[in-house]
Amino acid sequence: MGTTTVDAHGHSNNHAGHGYGDNDQLYVHFHRDDYGSKFGMWLFLFTEVLLFGGLFVLYYGYRIAYPQDYHNAAMELNIVMGAVNTLVLLTSSLTMVLSIVALRRENIKTSLLYLAITFGFGATFCVNKYFEWSAKIHHGIYPGSLELQETRPAGEVVFFGLYYLMTGLHTFHVIVGMVVMVFCYIFIKTGTINSNKYIVLENAGLYWHLVDLIWIFLFPLFYLLH
Amino acid sequence: MSGHNENTSVDTHEHLPSYGKNVMIWLVLVALTALTVTVASINLGDYTFFFAMLIASIKAMLVINIFMHIKYDDLLMKGILVACGFIFMIIFVIYSFDLFNTYTG
Repeated sequence: MGTTTVDAHGHSNNHAGHGYGDNDQLYVHFHRDDYGSKFGMWLFLFTEVLLFGGLFVLYYGYRIAYPQDYHNAAMELNIVMGAVNTLVLLTSSLTMVLSIVALRRENIKTSLLYLAITFGFGATFCVNKYFEWSAKIHHGIYPGSLELQETRPAGEVVFFGLYYLMTGLHTFHVIVGMVVMVFCYIFIKTGTINSNKYIVLENAGLYWHLVDLIWIFLFPLFYLLH
Repeated sequence: MSGHNENTSVDTHEHLPSYGKNVMIWLVLVALTALTVTVASINLGDYTFFFAMLIASIKAMLVINIFMHIKYDDLLMKGILVACGFIFMIIFVIYSFDLFNTYTG
């Protein structure tokens, strides 16, 4: 975490460092900049928004070009699956926040429990997605399939191409978020993340909420507009 | 959270965060999801897209403000967020002129 500097100027005990004894006035000073960490996380999130934003612009452009094909293709997606996944992600966002709240209130066990539940919701989302994609692939609908290339109009090919690309990229982000959660879990266990130093968990939370945020737009755009 | 110590937390609000408020926001988000699914089954013609995006935007605002607590962050973070959103909107609007000219004009 951050840089470690040896501060030989004998600063007061305000630092969260360890003194080498009061006589030689040598302190190891762990520099921490929570504001900087958070700011950096937000900047990273903006690059993520750019990544998805470009795809949303692409989706929008073809939507105007092929309104009827988009309409027909959206009919084939399972609204119930999409709605369930929306609820799963929304609830996981809540449990992520509650994990941070619990940690700040020094309820370590509650915090770990909420984090584990959040991980579980992430896994549930992936399993749902697996069944959803399997059903579509079973019906011969996947990028480059014969069904799409030979029997469907261009707009539907584009719609399903974007569907696989955008929900796939999104699900990849869910998996990355879950890996981050595993690390957070270990760090809370070892005390590296604690009620005084929770910025890592907070940043993991920000990432997870962004994943939720993107799905909030993906769900109506792909499942509901028919 | 005195502000003199370099290791203070990011949050500027003094009190500990509460569970209740977040649960309330979650309930609102679930209600809005139910609403958007219901509205989708009604044929609103050209307004369908508009309503779906309106509800999604309200949900996004709640997540950004409360769950990501931008509401409690300082002006710099808020400012950059708003600026990015604004630039994104400009791209959409300018692109829209081109699109509608090409396909519906």
